[in-house]
Amino acid sequence: MSVQITSPRFKDNAKQALADAPLQAALAKVGPGFIGRRAAARDLLPEFDALRDSARDIKNHTLAHLDLYLERFEEKVTAAGGHVHFAVDAAEARDIVTRICRDLGAKTVTKGKSMVSEEIGLNDHLAANGIEPVETDLGEYLIQIRGEAPSHIIAPAIHLNKEQVEADFRRVHTHLPPERNLTEPTALLAEARGELRAKFLAADVGITGANFLVAETGTSIIVTNEGNGDLTQTLPKAHIVLASLEKLVPTLEDVSQLLRVLARSATGQEMSVYTTFSTGPRRPEDLDGPGEYHVVILDNGRSGMLAGQLREMLRCIRCGACMNHCPVYHAVGGHAYGWVYPGPMGAVLTPSIIGIEKGANLPNASTFCGRCEEVCPVRIPLPKLMRHWREKEFERHLTPAPVRYGLGVWSFVARRGWLYRPATDLAMRLLALAGKAKGRFTSLPLAGGWTKVRDFPAPEGGTFQAQWQARKAARRTGRVS
Amino acid sequence: MSSRETVLGSVRRALGVSGQEAPRRQEVADRIAGHPRGIVPARADLPAAGQIALFKQMVVAAAGSVDHLPDAASVPAAVAAYLRGRNLPLSILRGQDPRLADLPWSREPTLDVWVGPSDGRQLAGLSHAFAGIAESGTLVMVSGPDNPSTLNLLPDHHLIVVRAEEITGNYEAVWDRLRATYGAGLLPRTVNWITGPSRSADIEQTLLLGAHGPRSLHVLLVGAL
Repeated sequence: MSVQITSPRFKDNAKQALADAPLQAALAKVGPGFIGRRAAARDLLPEFDALRDSARDIKNHTLAHLDLYLERFEEKVTAAGGHVHFAVDAAEARDIVTRICRDLGAKTVTKGKSMVSEEIGLNDHLAANGIEPVETDLGEYLIQIRGEAPSHIIAPAIHLNKEQVEADFRRVHTHLPPERNLTEPTALLAEARGELRAKFLAADVGITGANFLVAETGTSIIVTNEGNGDLTQTLPKAHIVLASLEKLVPTLEDVSQLLRVLARSATGQEMSVYTTFSTGPRRPEDLDGPGEYHVVILDNGRSGMLAGQLREMLRCIRCGACMNHCPVYHAVGGHAYGWVYPGPMGAVLTPSIIGIEKGANLPNASTFCGRCEEVCPVRIPLPKLMRHWREKEFERHLTPAPVRYGLGVWSFVARRGWLYRPATDLAMRLLALAGKAKGRFTSLPLAGGWTKVRDFPAPEGGTFQAQWQARKAARRTGRVS
Repeated sequence: MSSRETVLGSVRRALGVSGQEAPRRQEVADRIAGHPRGIVPARADLPAAGQIALFKQMVVAAAGSVDHLPDAASVPAAVAAYLRGRNLPLSILRGQDPRLADLPWSREPTLDVWVGPSDGRQLAGLSHAFAGIAESGTLVMVSGPDNPSTLNLLPDHHLIVVRAEEITGNYEAVWDRLRATYGAGLLPRTVNWITGPSRSADIEQTLLLGAHGPRSLHVLLVGAL
């Protein structure tokens, strides 16, 4: 994939996405599928909301003591025969991984799905150094052969339909008979399984992400449904874990609390199929498993987030529930966000990592409906944090001039009741009069952005303030309207 | 300055700490030593028979299958019956686990039993679980020569023996047992929680079984029948 950042062009990206019929067909399935499954899983577990509180508290405790848990984790990994590498930024993380691969004379590496790998642009770097990276998660494999970035953090190829997958397989798997039947998704899955099985067995190094790192035991954890991450880390000579530093949790009991909310929030499963706890390299008596075990712990701007209210974002366990429930994500999909992390979590995290100068559009791509916060398993106040970025954007004069002037005029008027009330009252009456016949406007000056895609309802009755006054007066006289 | 010091220094600056504060260090040490359980769902607060029933129900809910056997001696016949029922070659690969080695395999003379890790060429593998978890129908596998991890992943059909007394209500009970077996703060190279057979929903969100791991997961539950 490429980590080229197109977040500054969010509006153009969004326009393109809205006009992309196959993408819209794929996106139409996102909401109904994920939302229903999560709700069903929540309903089956009476303790679900209490577990979300517990998950939030565990993450808060860990972040407040992160330096000490990092030290403990490192100590335990080393004691188990593994290696911990700290990386300040993306470039350093890429170099560490490349060096380990080179030292082992690696030609090919298999990869489990890792958002940190996407964040640091690892695949391009490995390829440039003569090492072939092979993505093994089906969704990641699909976007790798298409040269795309993931469009969702747990379902990277959710923007594709099966006809596109079939076309890509025919284009790439040219050694297979062209007359083979690939119309059924089962045939596509079987073909991917066959192609990747050979890659698993041939790889020199396996690279995975980590859903969690456990300080108590020096353990990295991956959660998958396919089993690809497990094959990736079990078969080659070395297992490299890529993890950002907020993945730490104190104990095995703590991670059990988090696992109970992760799968339910992500896919609506009680538990994902494979939850794998890895501690160090293979032991002397073992007959399989990797000979080397490395954990690369990436900062890339996260330590700075610990200082202010953005610390809350570091609770994120990457379940994807926020984007699954987001009307903006449903409308434009993940690629429009222009970098690695889409949806509400991306709108908060992306500016933290690539800078508000490039990421300013993302916190604005929200209706503030609040569903993301409602479903977040670690109760991150995503709208509040998006507002934080909007304020930063305004403070730093990154807001476009028309918006700044518009807001200036509005705030001047709104703070002067003697001006605001008659002005809004007049505007309301004029709009009501003009729209009386149809009850709505199909086009409206200064509101073209709105009316181009939907009607604007004509106002009825007085302004909110006028109605409020009337209601108060009615209460005083004992009448209820 | 090394990157390790840069990152830890940056974390400490943001938190406004030095890392030497005794109360903070104590809090971390206490949490690791005490490993508090948090919220444990009441779902599996059941007598043993209830936990076994819930375990079986949850395995099936996760698209696995269960064969409840009266005793361990019934395992070889159950393995042979499973393979015959699916028109598979009468051949199975297992690890060195004495609990599997000591089974009366000679009662199934047509069944080939191989011992060792998998290289991907076997259609069926047999492992012994460390525990089964009623809460979610999860099997807990620990790595080692007794039950090599490749057996959990490479064969198309994974058959897992678990004894009724190894069924626990929740994950926390398993951590206690692992600590008792391997020592506090120590784990075997790999602990695999397995909940059903491999699957993917990456093509149009349609759930399909048999992605990269086993296409079928079959539990041989022994005892308390």
